[in-house]
Amino acid sequence: MANKREVPQPNTSSTADIAFLLLIFFLVTTSMAGDKGLSTRLPPPVDSDVEQKVEERNTLVVLVSQENKIMCQKKEIELWELKDIAKEFIENPYNDIHLPKKVPVTINFFGQVEVTKPHVISLQNDRSTKYSKYIEVQNELIAAYNELRDELSLRTFGKPFAELDEERQKAVAEYYPQKISEAEPKEYK
Amino acid sequence: MAKFKKSSKGGSQEINASSMSDVIFMLLFFFMTVTTMKEVEYKVQFQLPEATELTKLEKKSLVTYIYIGPPTISNRARMGSESRIQLNDKYAEVSDIQDYIAQEKGNMREEDQPYMTVSLKIDKDTNMGIVNDVKQALRKAYALKISYAATGKEGKQIEH
Repeated sequence: MANKREVPQPNTSSTADIAFLLLIFFLVTTSMAGDKGLSTRLPPPVDSDVEQKVEERNTLVVLVSQENKIMCQKKEIELWELKDIAKEFIENPYNDIHLPKKVPVTINFFGQVEVTKPHVISLQNDRSTKYSKYIEVQNELIAAYNELRDELSLRTFGKPFAELDEERQKAVAEYYPQKISEAEPKEYK
Repeated sequence: MAKFKKSSKGGSQEINASSMSDVIFMLLFFFMTVTTMKEVEYKVQFQLPEATELTKLEKKSLVTYIYIGPPTISNRARMGSESRIQLNDKYAEVSDIQDYIAQEKGNMREEDQPYMTVSLKIDKDTNMGIVNDVKQALRKAYALKISYAATGKEGKQIEH
């Protein structure tokens, strides 16, 4: 048998060209920036006749009006004031009786602590409110939560919230649960 | 003393190019994995609002998009300039959303369905009325995880 025959090598000099072509195609079509946005959770649908009763001290009503003005607890405020108001409301640092009630909760890493679990921030708007204004307000409210969580995790773990591991993040999130209720649309005459 | 072999006179050295294709392929695979194609052809115009507290949407396969904004110039004559909803690549009404969500949910694996996120890409000058309607429709369709798409803003603080 003639085994000595050499196997002819395929010419591979063009694979680089083909790969280049594909590479350039993907380079052009690629868009690195992923989608970003403000994440929220909508409440599940409820029967409209079942009104959920929340104590007055536990709610912070933020209304973005038709003229894109911000009303907080029936008082007109500026956008930059909102975050501090929201933070004070969520935290209730001095156990004020007009701010949300604190209830004892057992959380990992923290043990038994008092948190303002029943609080709700009710974000309301008019049908002709501008979307950009609504997002600005929503952004401030989320910022209030994020700042509180950051402060807490710096205090207890010495690291900002984003650098904590999953379990600790969960514990901190439980300490300050995000409760922004995007209320059912109401008619304002 | 070591001896150096003198290179033969004239004639440039051949470069071994056989590994080049490997390098290129590696780059190619990198870009193939990170690439994301534009989801659909936009029929509405939208300029996203700005925000600072953004979270990234992690898994593309879990995200469903809803676009709201004024129709693009070429569709103005037919559709008017009022804000419209776009699902997939068609204009739609609020009443279509529930079916659309149900259909998208059906396309997902069952274990992924609770993690479905709806990304709302809404023009910043839209009125909240239409947004409210969409939100109510999403609630009815049990698509409760939503994300208001927004672009990042320079500087974390708002000016006082």
